[in-house]
Amino acid sequence: MMRTLGTLFAAGVALACVPLLKLPAFYESFLYLVFFWIVLATSWNILSGYSGYFSFGHGAFFGTGMYATATLTTKAGMPFLWTLPVCAALAALFGVAIGAVVFRAGRLRGELFALLTLAVSYVLATVILNTPIDGGPGVSLAAVAIPQLAPTAPSTFYLLALAAAIVTLAIAYAVQRAALGTGLFAIHDDEDVAEVLGVPTYRYKLAALALSCALAGAAGGIHALFVSYVTVGETFSIVVPLSVVLMSVLGGTRHWLGPAIGAALVTALLYIFTASDYAVAGRAAVGLILIVVILFMPQGVLGRFVRRKPKPASGLEFAHANARIQDLTPSVTPSGETLLSAHGVSKSFAGVQALAGVDLEVRRGEIVGLVGPNGSGKSTLINVVSGHYRADGGRIAFAGHDLTALSAHRIARLGIARTYQIPRPFAHLSVHENVTLAAMFGHAGLPRAAAEREARRWLEYTALAPKAAALPRELNLHQRKFLELARALAARPQLLLLDEVLSGLTPAEIDGAIALVKDIRAQGASIVFVEHVMRAVMQLADRIVVLSYGRVIAEGSPAAVMGRTAVVEAYLGKAHA
Amino acid sequence: MPSLALLAQSLASGIFIGALYGLLGLGLSLAWGLLGQINLAHFALAFLGAYLTYQLSLAGLDPLATLALIVPAFFAFGAALHWLFARFAVSAFNSLLVTFGLTVIIEAAIQWIWSADFRRLESHYADVRYRLGTLYIPLPELLTLVLAVVLSLALWAALRYTDFGKALRASAEDAPIAQAFGVNAKALALLLSGISAALAGVAGLCIALSYTLAPSQIYAWVGVVFAVVMLGGLGSALGPLVAGIVIGVSEALTAAITAPSWAPLVSFSLLIALLLLRPEKI
Repeated sequence: MMRTLGTLFAAGVALACVPLLKLPAFYESFLYLVFFWIVLATSWNILSGYSGYFSFGHGAFFGTGMYATATLTTKAGMPFLWTLPVCAALAALFGVAIGAVVFRAGRLRGELFALLTLAVSYVLATVILNTPIDGGPGVSLAAVAIPQLAPTAPSTFYLLALAAAIVTLAIAYAVQRAALGTGLFAIHDDEDVAEVLGVPTYRYKLAALALSCALAGAAGGIHALFVSYVTVGETFSIVVPLSVVLMSVLGGTRHWLGPAIGAALVTALLYIFTASDYAVAGRAAVGLILIVVILFMPQGVLGRFVRRKPKPASGLEFAHANARIQDLTPSVTPSGETLLSAHGVSKSFAGVQALAGVDLEVRRGEIVGLVGPNGSGKSTLINVVSGHYRADGGRIAFAGHDLTALSAHRIARLGIARTYQIPRPFAHLSVHENVTLAAMFGHAGLPRAAAEREARRWLEYTALAPKAAALPRELNLHQRKFLELARALAARPQLLLLDEVLSGLTPAEIDGAIALVKDIRAQGASIVFVEHVMRAVMQLADRIVVLSYGRVIAEGSPAAVMGRTAVVEAYLGKAHA
Repeated sequence: MPSLALLAQSLASGIFIGALYGLLGLGLSLAWGLLGQINLAHFALAFLGAYLTYQLSLAGLDPLATLALIVPAFFAFGAALHWLFARFAVSAFNSLLVTFGLTVIIEAAIQWIWSADFRRLESHYADVRYRLGTLYIPLPELLTLVLAVVLSLALWAALRYTDFGKALRASAEDAPIAQAFGVNAKALALLLSGISAALAGVAGLCIALSYTLAPSQIYAWVGVVFAVVMLGGLGSALGPLVAGIVIGVSEALTAAITAPSWAPLVSFSLLIALLLLRPEKI
């Protein structure tokens, strides 16, 4: 990590010497534009590329910076350089205010988020146009003093943009390497699962948005003085956000350096054509390149040429991973005290009462089988306990904490992990990264290096180690079910919720899975599992809870419960003979 | 407060501009809602249509007669575009980016052929105005309204009552299942994409009749028409017209009461409110 940042800063220092060459001014102006677009595209990518929330409102944040500098320098007489931090702060504040509303109001993603952000920038443009901030004719910065960072004005702008570009790239790189980046990539693939695994999705999205906006705002501040005449039409033109998206997608949105490459390519291309007599043809060429790239390399230039390199595990790590589950110290010792208690939990969806006052208790070290006919509320109960749905009524307590009002990621941190009936791996993360993420954000809360080792161990345990570098789509159903399990186990939960892990497996695979679940309990985790495979239920469960129409209709030892008439009737209907 | 006559006139002009919003939004909404194709190039196509109308009427053709040439040509273009999207399995979002590339190319082509200067179609339609009480009703705007209403109603009926429409809606909901029931989803998609592009051509005629043309104007319509499409409901045939007129009228009234430059605030505030409060309605 330090080496990449070192290289980046060394490159920055080397480029800072360019003005000493006393090149003709247009070279510096051209490089200024390259750096300017690098800042805009890279800052856009921190939110939109990493987390998949494609914003078309980048012009709004860039525009906030432009007009902040324009207003502060011309109307308040503030020195230009002082306005830049203000630009960044204002843009970030504006972004966070929008994000605080948008990210709370349901799941606005994809095209809808793009449109919403576009609409926000049009509203901002209209307000600026009709208030004294602009008022219509535009704001001229011709009288504003350009700071003397270098002998000439073009050199000064060059240095400013260079510094901004280096800082932006360093931030983009640091974010990608940090837990924040890992969480954002998880949000990109499946936000619900990310939250359930312990990623604080709301906070992460806000943080990414704030960073993204602050950088765009600062770039806007610099650009205002560079163009020296700020108008609403130019600033909030839809061409700005579209170009930023184009550059990032062209370069590759899943890599911190991708947008910079795209920005440099597009700017250079446009400049070459503008300098010649074929400016119009140049723009057409850019359009054509965009089409070709999207059709043939949807992952972008970097995504195409930088292959995923599987991290070879060192021998030491593998020796470590070979440790059997019994060698792992149990996180808690079974003691029989109540771990989870739910009272009168109810939940309804548009008139369907999925849960109608369910009581459930799970003691430490216990395996509870949750059974019942289809539609009886088993999965809903799992979803409510794990925080995916909020209960309409009732209380849920876990290890001394009230879960009722907690968000899913906090519940995950407290030590509840779950699997999905239909596996939901993060599609663009490798098998190893999928499990690492759970170890980082779950109850274990490990730092990255430790989480990677922990993930190796659970992959070994679930026999997925040979597939560690594969993408989830390369796994078969059996392996994907085990990936779900490995992800839940890597979180080191106190309570494990298994939603039909056995469905769709062959009898031999079921036997393997039953042995695995027994093994997991030996470590001290308590387990609630939803299952239709009765052989497994009878073998595994200490206690069975039967749900029907959202109510508990029976509870007790497997043999006793399954003999009861009410249970038989719930499954098979009433006997009339 | 402006006079009643002025308010009535701006109400009328709001309805007319709203009809154009609706006409532009119609093709966009159908392709987006039923084909998952977000065609940003719809606007560039409309302007290409407008310029072609301009050029053909310079050659002596009646502006309305140009439709006979533009509609089939644009239909073929739309079908080809969807063939390309299907061939490369382009996602909805990537279709937006690809058609942005297309927009840039068409814009460059327009600028290349007709230059960046303003062009104005001089036709005998432009001078005809009807008087209704204190209201002036220009013929080009009236034509736009009639075309928008007729086309929206025709497509609405086709989608609702014909086998073609039912098959199309079924394959929009679940293409593999519809295909399993014998729907030729691929052919239908080509047909609809062609219709959508042809609608852009018709909208282009209306733009040419009422507005001055410049390549940079392509982007001026994007925001408000997208708002119309969202408010009208994706894949709806009548929605864009209704939403277009609602937005057109509220913009015109805002412009009359405050200042014209405040007008965009209405449509985008409406859009934001809709997205935040009723995202499931889209």
